[in-house]
Amino acid sequence: MSIEIKSVSKSFGEFESLKSIDLVIETGELLALLGPSGSGKTTLLRIIAGLESADSGQIYFSGENLIDTGAKDRQVGFVFQHYALFRHMTVFDNIAFGLRVKPKAVRLSEAKIKEKVSELLSLIHLDWVADRFPSQLSGGQRQRIALARALAVEPRILLLDEPFGALDSKVRKELRQWLRRFHHDLKITTIFVTHDQEEALEVSDRVVVLNKGEIEQVGTPEEVYHRPANSFVAEFLGDVTLFRGRVDDQSVYVRPHQFEVMHVSDDPHAVHAEIIFLNPAGPLVKMELSGPDEQLIQVSLSQSEYAELKLKKGEKVYVRPKEVIGGDYCI
Amino acid sequence: MQNKSRRRTILPGFGLSLGYTMMYLGLVVIVPLSMLFFKTSSMGFSAFWEATTAPRALASYRLSFGVAFLSALINAFFGFIVAWVLVRYEFPFKKIINVLIDLPFALPTAVAGIALATLYSPSGWVGQFFDKLDIQSAYSPLGIVIALTFIGLPFVVRTVQPVLESIESEIEEAAASLGANRWQTFRAVLFPVLFPSLLTGFTLAFSRALGEYGSVVFISGNMPFKTEIPPLLIMTKLEQYDYSGAAAIAIVMLLTSLLLLLTINLLNRHVSRRVNDELA
Repeated sequence: MSIEIKSVSKSFGEFESLKSIDLVIETGELLALLGPSGSGKTTLLRIIAGLESADSGQIYFSGENLIDTGAKDRQVGFVFQHYALFRHMTVFDNIAFGLRVKPKAVRLSEAKIKEKVSELLSLIHLDWVADRFPSQLSGGQRQRIALARALAVEPRILLLDEPFGALDSKVRKELRQWLRRFHHDLKITTIFVTHDQEEALEVSDRVVVLNKGEIEQVGTPEEVYHRPANSFVAEFLGDVTLFRGRVDDQSVYVRPHQFEVMHVSDDPHAVHAEIIFLNPAGPLVKMELSGPDEQLIQVSLSQSEYAELKLKKGEKVYVRPKEVIGGDYCI
Repeated sequence: MQNKSRRRTILPGFGLSLGYTMMYLGLVVIVPLSMLFFKTSSMGFSAFWEATTAPRALASYRLSFGVAFLSALINAFFGFIVAWVLVRYEFPFKKIINVLIDLPFALPTAVAGIALATLYSPSGWVGQFFDKLDIQSAYSPLGIVIALTFIGLPFVVRTVQPVLESIESEIEEAAASLGANRWQTFRAVLFPVLFPSLLTGFTLAFSRALGEYGSVVFISGNMPFKTEIPPLLIMTKLEQYDYSGAAAIAIVMLLTSLLLLLTINLLNRHVSRRVNDELA
């Protein structure tokens, strides 16, 4: 199921949430809508689901115009940030809900429904919770139930609105990888909304970066990270330092890992900076340096580089960008 | 050992507040009620039986429970709609309307009774239309139902409202995206969650209606066997210095109400256990 979004706009009163968005989502793709809050990413997702109506524009599912079709008839699976499970129903009844509300003519028999729900429960590795109520489960489990519930009706596309936003970071990491594998197995066209760049980069095939109701860039995680189209994308997709060279007044964006740290240097592009923060805990050593004019420079080094340089907090060192974002031009 | 069994809480005073609660309940509720039993015990069983099962008394019980039930049912239905409108929609004067709901709580019930009797009397503003249809509204059981519906309105609204507010719209959106139509969404997703609060509101309105006196005496006409409620019968007996007879009827009302309330509460517990499993 491919999705085509054509000049979709939406305003809430004075606030323009989406400004004529055009986007094509390929069949089987796992797409991330990434942006800060208020960027319109959730609104776009809700319009695709039919939960919100667009002020103007069209939406096609495999060529079929669905702009006037309600959520009920779009055959879209939607997963909410806060799960939106039915609290008075058991896990089993929650998952079976979509199957049971079908018109009699196309509804499966109770036995078939039971079979299907069990299948879904084992797919999400939660066979043992069928008779429990949502309140008896952890957040991660609830979100997997919500996903199974959405999948039960065999939706044409799957939409997830900040699916891991309410979970703690360890569970969030696990579920990200799980979603990735899950999508790999099912190959259902999936769009998920997130404000977490790490999540978008790690899970998706393609990332759409939104800001103030407009698309800033569409690309693979690698493209948007290494070749951001503009300064917004560069800054939003990861820690970055706007580095002012010492010789020419040109400013460049540099990611923390793109810096080189030296005790002595006669390179005119290197700046002298003081280490004001140092955190060696983790795969990379993270540092913050205060350069000329109190410019804050964020640098990460590998553990071996760090060991070799024997750096200490308060020490003054030379910092030089080895490369810059975009990679096309070098100082 | 003492420390272990005793849980530390931020605000102290369990002993004091429990003691106060017990004393309060005792002074305000239990002692006056036990006076009833004390008074009745002075009469023999046959006299008790005679007083409580007199045809006039039986007719009044039937009337009282019937109209109370009916008005609570009406309130459950319309109170639900009012709560729904107040929670779900924005409209002008919503805040004022929200305050108006509580008016029956504050208004002296006799005032309500007089106002309603005037309105619904055959020549009254509303009563004349009923009169044309040959329906007697004031001075009939219908009049009592009207008064009790007025008195009981806030209960259902105020119990359903907060629960309805607690249901996120996402729940309905989830149901819709799963293919449920509006009726299925209401029936299977919203109503089961709201039902315990609706039942609680119904129970409160019902018990309030059973005990209502002030408004009813003005609108009912107080005809024995027809529109006479037990509280009025009690008043009549008191005026005739038949204190134990009055107490006997009071006891019947008290025990029956207690039994009914217990049953509804048990039913409610059974339902809520399935619905609000939040604490499990």
